[in-house]
Formats: sequence, C-alpha cells, structure tokens
Amino acid sequence: MLYLDHAASSPLRPETWAAMEPFRIDLHGNPSGSHNVSRHAKNALEDARDLIASLINADPKEVVFTAGGSEAANLAIKGRAWSGGSTRGDIITSPTEHEAVLQSAEFCASLGSRIILVKVDPDGLADPAEIASHVTSETAVVSIMMANNETGVKAPIKEITAAVKSVHPTTVVHTDAVQGYVSEAVDVESMGVDLLSLAAHKFGGPKGVGLLYVRSGTPLAPLIHGGGQELGRRSGTHDVMSIVGMAAAMQALESERTLFRQRISAERNRFESDLADRLPDLVITGAGAGRMAHTSHVRIPGVRNEMLLVSLDRADLSASAASACQSGAASVSHVLEAMGMTPSAARECLRFSFGWSNLAGDGATAAGIVAREAEALR
Amino acid sequence: MKALVAMSGGVDSSVAAALMKEEGWEVMGVTMKLWQGPGGEAPTAGCCTVSDAEDARRVAAQLDIPYYVWDYTEEFMSGVVEGFVEDYATGRTPNPCIECNRTVKFTNLLAHAEALGYEVVVTGHYARVTSDSDGYHLWRGVDPRKDQSYVLSMLGQQQLARLRFPVGELTKEETRKVASRLGIRTADKPDSQDICFVGQGDYRQFLGSRGVTPIQGPILHRDGRMLGVHHGITNFTIGQRRGLGVAVGEPLYVFDLDEDSATVMVGDLSDLAVDQVTLTRLSWINRPVTGEVLAQYRAHGQAVPSEISVQDDQPVICFVEPQQALAKGQTVSLYRDNQVVGGGIIESTHYNGTPSSRPI
Repeated sequence: MLYLDHAASSPLRPETWAAMEPFRIDLHGNPSGSHNVSRHAKNALEDARDLIASLINADPKEVVFTAGGSEAANLAIKGRAWSGGSTRGDIITSPTEHEAVLQSAEFCASLGSRIILVKVDPDGLADPAEIASHVTSETAVVSIMMANNETGVKAPIKEITAAVKSVHPTTVVHTDAVQGYVSEAVDVESMGVDLLSLAAHKFGGPKGVGLLYVRSGTPLAPLIHGGGQELGRRSGTHDVMSIVGMAAAMQALESERTLFRQRISAERNRFESDLADRLPDLVITGAGAGRMAHTSHVRIPGVRNEMLLVSLDRADLSASAASACQSGAASVSHVLEAMGMTPSAARECLRFSFGWSNLAGDGATAAGIVAREAEALR
Repeated sequence: MKALVAMSGGVDSSVAAALMKEEGWEVMGVTMKLWQGPGGEAPTAGCCTVSDAEDARRVAAQLDIPYYVWDYTEEFMSGVVEGFVEDYATGRTPNPCIECNRTVKFTNLLAHAEALGYEVVVTGHYARVTSDSDGYHLWRGVDPRKDQSYVLSMLGQQQLARLRFPVGELTKEETRKVASRLGIRTADKPDSQDICFVGQGDYRQFLGSRGVTPIQGPILHRDGRMLGVHHGITNFTIGQRRGLGVAVGEPLYVFDLDEDSATVMVGDLSDLAVDQVTLTRLSWINRPVTGEVLAQYRAHGQAVPSEISVQDDQPVICFVEPQQALAKGQTVSLYRDNQVVGGGIIESTHYNGTPSSRPI
C-alpha cells in the first residue's frame, strides 16, 4: 500500500489522536456551559485556539473555528460580501481557485455581487499588478489561493496583498491556504492577509474541522446564526475533540517543519526524476514555477488518467486525477482549462501528493510502479 | 479471467455483476458518465444520474468489487448527441440508445477494458450470446417482454467475442429474485425510461437548447392543399395525428418531413402505409443473409415477416404486410426466429413503388 493522495486527505497523525483520545468519552462537555465539565471543555478549546494563533502569528480572537476548509472559504467570501448589509461588493478572484471559493463567489453574484476573474498565466498564476488594477472602493474581497490544490503552484501572496493594499489599504484579502499550509508555514502578519482558510485533515488532523483567520476589525457577516459562539461569527456547539486534534496536528507539523519539507521534497523530487527517466515525454505541471514540496502534478501523454488510476489502484498505489465530479468521474479540471490546457491533455494528468506518513524510498518505488503501468497502457 | 461490468446503478447490471462474480470472474464495476448539463450538473433522469452512480457504487461495495466512474461525456457528445440533434433537424427519428451502444459502450469502453487487461465487458442487456464453429450468435433474451436485442443488432463478431449479457438468460422477475436473494439494494428499483440527456423535459426543448432553430414552413396535404403554417419540422414525428394546428374535419397524419423545404406532409391513414424501406449502415452479426427475415423497427415492436434483397447496391426490406408510420433514422433489426442476424438504419420509405418523400 503506497498512499500518494495526501492532498485529498492525509491520515491522522499519532500526535493528533493522542490529543483527541481523552475527548472521545470522558471530556464531553459543551464549552458554553457553566459547570466544571464545561469548563474543562472550554479550557481545552481556548488552549487549542491560543496554540493555533501562536503558530500562524495571529491573536486568538482572530481564529474562527469552522467545520472544515470549504466552510471557512464560504465564510470568507459570502461573509465578507454580505457584511455591508444591502451592499454587495465586487469579488476579485482567479479561475484556478478551489470550487469552495468560486462557487461561493458565483452564489454571491446571483444575489448582486460582481465577480472579476483575473486571467492566469500557463502556470495558473495571476499577476499581482493586474489583480490590483481591478481593486476599487467597491471591492468586497480579493481571494487568491496560497498554493493550488491540483498543480501545487504557489502564488506570491505577499506581493499580491502589497499590491492590493497600495491601491486601497482597507481592501480585504482572503487566501485559501488549505493546501499551501501543508508545505509552507503561515504568518498572517508577513503575508498581510485579512482572511485565511485552513482544513485540518490535509495535514494530519481530523476531517470536518478547519478555521478562518479573521484579522481584527474585518467586517464579516456570519453564515450560521444561533447561539453566538466564536464571537458571533460562527454559531454552533464546538467540536472540541476535533479542534484539539487540529491544534495538535499543527503543532506536530510545525515542530518538524524544516525536516518535513526536506524529507517530503526529496521523495517528490526522486519520484519526478525517476519517472522522467522512464517516461521521457513526461510533462511536469508548473515545473518552472515555485511549487509546494509535497505535490507532483504530471501529464503522461497517450495515457488516459482514468485508465492509469485503475491500474495504479490494482497495484495498491493511491493517486488522484485531482478534479473529481460529484459522481466520482474524473472531470476535465477547471484549473487546467484556465491554464490553457486542452481537454484531451487534461485527461492525461494525474496528481501524486506526499505526506507525513510516507517513508524514505516511497518516491522511487512509486515512480517504478507508475512507469510500469503507464507503459502497459500505451 | 477478468470482467468489466458496465453498471448503471439499476437492478439488471447489478445482477449481471453479481452473476459474473458468482461464476468466479475477477469483476470490476464501471459507471459511464455520459452527460452533464451546461453547468456541469449531472442529469436528473435516465440512467446516469449522480444517485444512480451512488447506487452502483454501493452495490459494488456489497459485491466487494472495485468500482470506478469514467467520464465519457466528450465521446457521448460527439458520438451520440450531435447525431441526435442533426437527425431531428433533418426530419429523421434517431435512436440515441443504439448510437450510444454503437459508439461509447461497444467501441470506447470495450477498447479501454482491453487496454486494462479485461477479457470481457458485461452489461445488463436482456439478450444472449452463443458461439459455435461458425462464430458468435446473438439471440433475443428469454423474457419476451424485456428483450433488448433490438438495440444490439449493430454488433459484430469481434465485439460479441468479448461481450457477456448474463441477465439475458433470465426473466425480469428472475433478475429481481436474484437481486433479492443476494440482498442487492437496487432489487426493487424501477426501470429507467427517459433518454438520459433529454431528461424529463421535452426533446424539442432539448433541441432548442442545442441551437436547433425551428424554421417555419407549410403544412401540405398530399393532394396539394396548403393547410397551414408550422413552427419547425422538429415539432412533428411521422405518424403524428394530434397537435397539428390545422382543422379540416378529417383525421390527418404526418407522413413525411422535408428538411429542405421545411414542409410537413399530412394525409389520411393510408398515406402512412409503408411496404418497403431502404437501409443504410447495414451490418451483420455473423454472415450476410438474404431472403426471408423478420424485421423489427421499434424497441418493443413486433418483428414482421419481410424479405431482404439488394437493389441498385442498396439493401431493401420488403414487408409482407404493409406497415404504418416508419420514419427515416429508425433502426431495423433483422431476425430469423429468435436470432438476431443484423440491422441497419432506414434511409427511405416507400409504398407501392413510390417514395413517401415525393415532390407535390
């Protein structure tokens, strides 16, 4: 079993489960209560918040827990667009964003917002100056992802926020850091962003929990109304166990950040160089751009990705076509389409993503299997 | 031995997968995603909705076989939908299920199965394949009410060698019983009816959405009377009686649609009579046949006594008894008893030596 689909979801880190386990039965309290059981839960929740805030250089009050990355992105886009009451500002984003951002923006557009999709280059990147050129006093939010979940290409977030803020210092910038954080540390101050989304299960935390960093003073309407948890920004009883798990996973990742990068990029690089040796016509997406350490998005000409995935599955290697539709079919990726790739080329692309549970040698082993199965299909 | 089962999520293909597994094959299930709406949304009717794929996925899990959804939307668009639109726009009556079989299922899927080392492809069609020293033979399914051999008459020897239709040996009741015995969750699921890409809407709406702009034209009686104006020949089918928009006190039937002049031809019941059709794209299951055959021109129609011959290099079917309301574009499947011998597509229809399409 060779698991190279960490970008879809990474297994739970042992540190995560160790932190979560006490909450399975014993520490069951609702953190909003007024008795001892609740106080335990509330302390655990706030300890987790403090820890997470310190890891991303934020204030604890700026961390809003959500049920995952998609909710965080929805809150960022819709919550910001609707924060002005009846006014519906412009949403500036790029066509290579995750569906959670694009579909949220589309929905806002159906209610009156204007969407500006900034064109991207063949690596899928939008030019910071061009992004800034669309900024006006009507702009509700600029949303550009920290690194693309399919290709792994990193965006220059610092430059983008600087360019945007130079036009309009109060324009709100969101970055979807769900994939980017796996490879790179996040410092909300140096990045200059106002909103930032994370999802725990991408880095060894549990599924169904994430967060939105909300810079102090950023206007934001809640999507979920109710008991007023998270300072009114996200109602609903906290999933304390998962939040504690997310904090533990982040701590585990940060404690080995440099080593993790070295280890994972070594496997990824070995995978790509071995594969390119065996398949000389291999095309590595975004090879000339800055990429995350853990993902490899490749095109193997003449091999339909759906077929190769079946062969790899039989060989017990888990990979992904990166863009799956609701029914589970590999659809032609909107990201690759925006990058100018033809549908037939996009059908030859696969994503291999490494993570904390991979071992030394996995990259070379995977390259051998992928090359063998691809050759068999040609 | 490995078998790829095309699973729609319905009971027939679910049972087909179960039977192959019981026979000891190494089985893989594949749902073919054939169609999506302009916004990428899955169809809501027919045989390839998201919930159908979900049913298929759950059945595959129950059978403990690997399962995938493969995207054939491009192949379906070029191989089926474009022809469907073109046919209607030119006054024909196409059968998209047959074109899907011809192209996507029994060309693309078969090739992909072979590339992955799967010896056979299995579907839930009610039909039977046998082989002997003469090669492969295709037969009606044992259940006359469910028989689907009509939509398989375009198959050839190379395809039949690699196809299996396990439920063709069963009646629908038996299929449901097998499904119940195995606890298959789709045992009681109703059969799909609609054309998957047209959905519950009208095919005319669909044609409009595909850019077929209706052209106004005359409604002409066969005796030369101009009876009115219509709003596009795609609004009519051969044999149609109601909704013509003209009232002359006698029952009128559409017997011809002429694309070039955008004319809808109407007449009385006798004008629908057809005793001879010419065929295009005729193919044989095994070897060519001449002389007496049974011809079936609707999916669940009767097979009628006929004779096939070649006139001026064109295959011609002569019906022993005149038939009514046959349209260009329909498939004629040819039988000897319960055996399918071949099939083709109607190119022109005639009565008493006169083409149905004729200038006034």
